[in-house]
Amino acid sequence: MTEERLIISRKTNNKFFLMIAVGVVLLIAGIIFMAAGGGAGHGEAAGHEPASWSKRLFVNLWLNNVYFTGIALIGTFFVAVQYVAYAGWSVLIKRVALALNYFLPIGAGVMLIVFLFGGHDIFHWTHDYLYDINDDRYDPIIAGKSGYLNTAFFLIRMVVYFALWIWFSMWLRKEAFNEDLNGGTNYYHKSIRISAIFLVIFGITSSTAAWDWVLSIDTHWFSTMFGWYVFASWWVSGLAAITLTVIILKQNGYLKMVNANHLHDLGKFVFAFSIFWTYIWFSQFLLYWYANMPEEVIYFTERLSGNNGQYAWIFFANLIVNFVFPFLVLMTRDAKRQMIMLKIVTIAILIGHWFDFYLMMMPGTLRTDAGIGFIEIGTALVFLGVFLLAFTKGLTKASLVPVNHPFLEESVHHHV
Amino acid sequence: MNKKFILGIYDDEDVLLTAIENIRAGGTKIYDVFSPFPVHGIDDVLGIKRSRLPIVAFFAGLTGMSFALWMQIWMMGFDWPMIIGGKPHIALPSFIPVTFELTVLFSAFGMVITFFIVSKLKPSMKVNVFDKRSTDDKFVMAIEVKEGETDVAALNDLLRSNGAIEVNEKEVVK
Repeated sequence: MTEERLIISRKTNNKFFLMIAVGVVLLIAGIIFMAAGGGAGHGEAAGHEPASWSKRLFVNLWLNNVYFTGIALIGTFFVAVQYVAYAGWSVLIKRVALALNYFLPIGAGVMLIVFLFGGHDIFHWTHDYLYDINDDRYDPIIAGKSGYLNTAFFLIRMVVYFALWIWFSMWLRKEAFNEDLNGGTNYYHKSIRISAIFLVIFGITSSTAAWDWVLSIDTHWFSTMFGWYVFASWWVSGLAAITLTVIILKQNGYLKMVNANHLHDLGKFVFAFSIFWTYIWFSQFLLYWYANMPEEVIYFTERLSGNNGQYAWIFFANLIVNFVFPFLVLMTRDAKRQMIMLKIVTIAILIGHWFDFYLMMMPGTLRTDAGIGFIEIGTALVFLGVFLLAFTKGLTKASLVPVNHPFLEESVHHHV
Repeated sequence: MNKKFILGIYDDEDVLLTAIENIRAGGTKIYDVFSPFPVHGIDDVLGIKRSRLPIVAFFAGLTGMSFALWMQIWMMGFDWPMIIGGKPHIALPSFIPVTFELTVLFSAFGMVITFFIVSKLKPSMKVNVFDKRSTDDKFVMAIEVKEGETDVAALNDLLRSNGAIEVNEKEVVK
């Protein structure tokens, strides 16, 4: 087996920089537009003060950072799952997943900065007056959660999550790269042990991170399904990202040994987990809808008829793009083996799950002031550009084919 | 009516796969190949078309979904309307679990029943085992002998030259 080194040309890199530049320009345009008072025209409700541009910016930064950090984290999770499952088929595409997590340190930095500067804009619970019993705005429910939801503990958790995730990602990477150089099965067996520990940590931290970063935006509301829900969204987006990258690399002449059989398995993964996401979505929705208890159902009311009904279309589009579309298109075997079909579906899923996170965060923060404008598109483009720079840099760090992986031969002859 | 078959016995799956390819390329029609375990790629070299069972699954599932929705909407909405949990008579989200279950049930049963019918599998079915060793450690390739058309000696040579360790003849009573 020969090594395959990815070369990212200056032209490709310039495209990513252009993406960032366009994003920044749109962002600045959006901010100027809003600061001048043009974008905040829905302050008609009595006593309602439109959200400032900085609040909207912070919420957008948070939204994109949670989304892209999740995809980056899924890279490590995917590799760990493959190791623990002794999977042979995925060896040829493992390096793609392993490179996704190069974004994690950037995600950690952005998340810390955004929380320190924009925490009050995103999280209602960060306001001190909620916990002061002498204040009019004292909130007994939020105060009751202060043992867990307090700024210091929140920051400690955030640092711990990222430290663990980055540490394990680097560890797995180190073993994989040493395996390329020296061969032998020792690295493989060690990777399995590392992966097993990582999966336990991931199981806990992905859930608590979802509570911290997404669920706590709607501080009063709670859902025992929420950790799963965010994980499902991250997981299917991560799988879509891996599949899309494999296809793009293949179309550019790399990953020569990857064939329709590997794509078929990736397609099955995407197909299955878009259904899994829907299952979790519905499990959460059905119980709240059926019980119809005010403090619980408020979450869905805000997203359907509440907030002038402005989120209703995203609520339904979310289900159509992330469930109905992949379900019907990827159902047949042939569709899962064709690059064009997989490409369309994975792009739809990546956009669809961005909107899924949009729907999780916007109603609790910007309420009626949210929209899809220059700021949203600009921030998303900047993040996409930075993510792709980090990701492609990660891909060039080592051979795309793990030349000394013990299951490489099995993967080359994979047949379904 | 009795049918006569020439059986080529193989003991290596790679040899078997090349043999199938060569024999089919030479224009000889293979009746069937019997193997103790599923051999990767054997469907392709034998020229067996992909099963159309998934299509059955889709339409059976569609039937199940339609039936479940119709049943619940008719029962809860028209035949005996009841208010449950303060919801409208036709409350779609509460119909989803039953709809899902019936979709799965119909497509599973639809596939199994169709498979039984298509493969004529029934308790009274008589199975002709060409060579019992095909359930142990040998692969058996069966080629039908058409009276007056097939040159048995040439077939024997063809099988042996393609790696058969043994060539037998078998008559099957229909």
